[in-house]
Amino acid sequence: MWGARKVVAGVDVGSTQTKAVILSPEREILGRALVDTGARLNEAARAAFEAALQEAGLSPEDVEYTVGTGYGRFKVEFGDTQVTEISCHARGACFLFPNTRTVLDIGGQDTKAIRVGPGGEVLDFCMNDKCSAGTGRFLGAASAALEIPLGELGPLALTARNPVTITTTCTVFAESEILGWLARGRKVEDILMGVHASIASRSLSLLRRVGIESELTFTGGVARNVAMVHLIREMSGVPVNVSEESHYCGAIGAALFALDHVLLGERAEAAAAAGGQ
Amino acid sequence: MSTSAQEILGVSRREGRRLMDLWWQRMTEAAQTGHPTAYVFVMAPLSELLLTFDFVINAPEITSLQTAIRGQSQAYIQLAEDYGFSPDICGYVKADVGVQLKQGEHPYGRVPKPALVVTNNVCNTYIKWAEFWEHYYGCPVFTFDLPGWRGRESLREGTEAFRETFENDCRYVLGQLRELIELCERVTGKSFDIDRFREHLREANRMAELYHAVCDTNRHVPAPFNAPLEGVTYQGIANLYRGTPEGTRYFELALEEMRERVRLGMAAVPDERFRLVLVGTACYSHFRRFVELFSSWGGVFVHSTYMVFAGGGFLPGFRYDLRRPLESFAEQMVRATYWGWTGAMFYQQEWLDQVVRDWKVDGICFHGVKSCRTTSTGLPDVREWMRVQRNVPGLFIQSDLVDPRLWSDAQIKNRVDAFFEALAAHKAAAGR
Repeated sequence: MWGARKVVAGVDVGSTQTKAVILSPEREILGRALVDTGARLNEAARAAFEAALQEAGLSPEDVEYTVGTGYGRFKVEFGDTQVTEISCHARGACFLFPNTRTVLDIGGQDTKAIRVGPGGEVLDFCMNDKCSAGTGRFLGAASAALEIPLGELGPLALTARNPVTITTTCTVFAESEILGWLARGRKVEDILMGVHASIASRSLSLLRRVGIESELTFTGGVARNVAMVHLIREMSGVPVNVSEESHYCGAIGAALFALDHVLLGERAEAAAAAGGQ
Repeated sequence: MSTSAQEILGVSRREGRRLMDLWWQRMTEAAQTGHPTAYVFVMAPLSELLLTFDFVINAPEITSLQTAIRGQSQAYIQLAEDYGFSPDICGYVKADVGVQLKQGEHPYGRVPKPALVVTNNVCNTYIKWAEFWEHYYGCPVFTFDLPGWRGRESLREGTEAFRETFENDCRYVLGQLRELIELCERVTGKSFDIDRFREHLREANRMAELYHAVCDTNRHVPAPFNAPLEGVTYQGIANLYRGTPEGTRYFELALEEMRERVRLGMAAVPDERFRLVLVGTACYSHFRRFVELFSSWGGVFVHSTYMVFAGGGFLPGFRYDLRRPLESFAEQMVRATYWGWTGAMFYQQEWLDQVVRDWKVDGICFHGVKSCRTTSTGLPDVREWMRVQRNVPGLFIQSDLVDPRLWSDAQIKNRVDAFFEALAAHKAAAGR
């Protein structure tokens, strides 16, 4: 317990998964949780929040301020305010890697390239337009078509020797293309590497639009995929930061915004008290 | 507030509505009586010339836009797609084709059949659009070949190269104008009356001055009007009533109202926090929502490129020389083509740079129109230039002119919100 000072929370309700993080006033991550989003966004938000609190050994009463982020941010009904995941990923990435100047976040239906300032402020951003090609959903389609669990896609793709080229830009049609390559006798790993390269190439295009400046930090669920990290590093030509906490980056950023709010309030109170003396 | 002030506030909206209703009344009557109607486009509207022959003017881009504002564009677009038009084709074209397939039935009245179509090459879709009317109605189509922008050097005013290019282009367009006049005489059975033409030019001169003066009122902080909202009425009147006393009177009133709003400190967006420019059009199927996404953050659009390239080609300094009406008309068409229609797309950053400075702009919204390559191509380049060279933040969003199926609210709101979060940080860092 933190005595009189309470903790803050960030809840990132993404299209596929919901993440929650509990942060101490000293910016230490006390708890984290991840649940599938499903159809009931408010329930997913609540479940992730409570699981993160449980890991931290705290209760909802210990939380002073909560920021919701992600597409479902307005469904964090117990939250105090909302911040977009673009700002949150930028902030979270700079927390994890303070020299970050470019952020790539590949999530379930969005890919974001963000250029950030020294304090994690967003200088510019670009996102995939309209469709989910080039996002985590594309890997989901490959996983379904090839009947391979998501977690095994990356390691298998890295064993490819003669990758195919996936040309379609439609996630749904990509499944047909994958089946077409299988029918032509191509190895699964070669097809998978083609799928990864297709996503990486689209992501690089977004990164180039905002300008790639080192250090580049890769966040979001797809940052856990080793083949994708390898391709982004190779194609961008710069080192790529990936943290164990990358998946929680948006929620961490949200919690940092929550902490800003609390500290700002404390400073205002202190200033008022000083003025009254 | 004085009585006269109370009367003038809201006059541009009221009068705008009245004039649009009147225009629809004339269109509907023409559809019933068979009065000759000319179809023209907002880039090269030619009303001054066509009104000389008493044509009713139909601007199909405007009628298509209005189907979306009435929330009915999807049904018309669907009709066109059922007829065989691809989902990738311009939403304006398909909404109009849908209207034509329903014998001109439109939410605001009835669109008459064309007695004449005047198209041009400024937008490549215009030519294909006109082909549809030609096939469907068998009407005469006149296609202007307007010589456009071909490199900064050849069109640098004051140089010998420019003078030669400009004079050649004006002669070329003048020749086409003479051909069009002959065609108008054949279609209507009326002779060209140059004195009437001159009167329409005189009105257009006055209207152009007023149009610019209205746009200039938005240099004031807070801005008295929101460019996509009020601007769409201004554009409509500038095209449909161009060269008429009614149109001139409208802009006199609009200017009076905007100056009164400035005097009273009335803001288009209460608690104005961010001043923006819109590059491209709004999404008219979600018109209110589009504007609200920005105004809810205190964002006001102080100008838009649409007000320039679809505002009748009224460029700064626009003025017909009434002593040589036809020659001067050709010259203004060439100038509008160079800088208003083609140049505005290739070298948009130069115009934006000036507006950012003079209209005190904080950021730019680039709206890519999914079904319009003409206005969407090049947007990332301009955005990049403004960011790198001028440190002006830019937001890129994408939907459509009139096709509601291409509006994705969550995605667009997310981008708009993130843009404002960054803009707020940008302003805070700059101590503004």
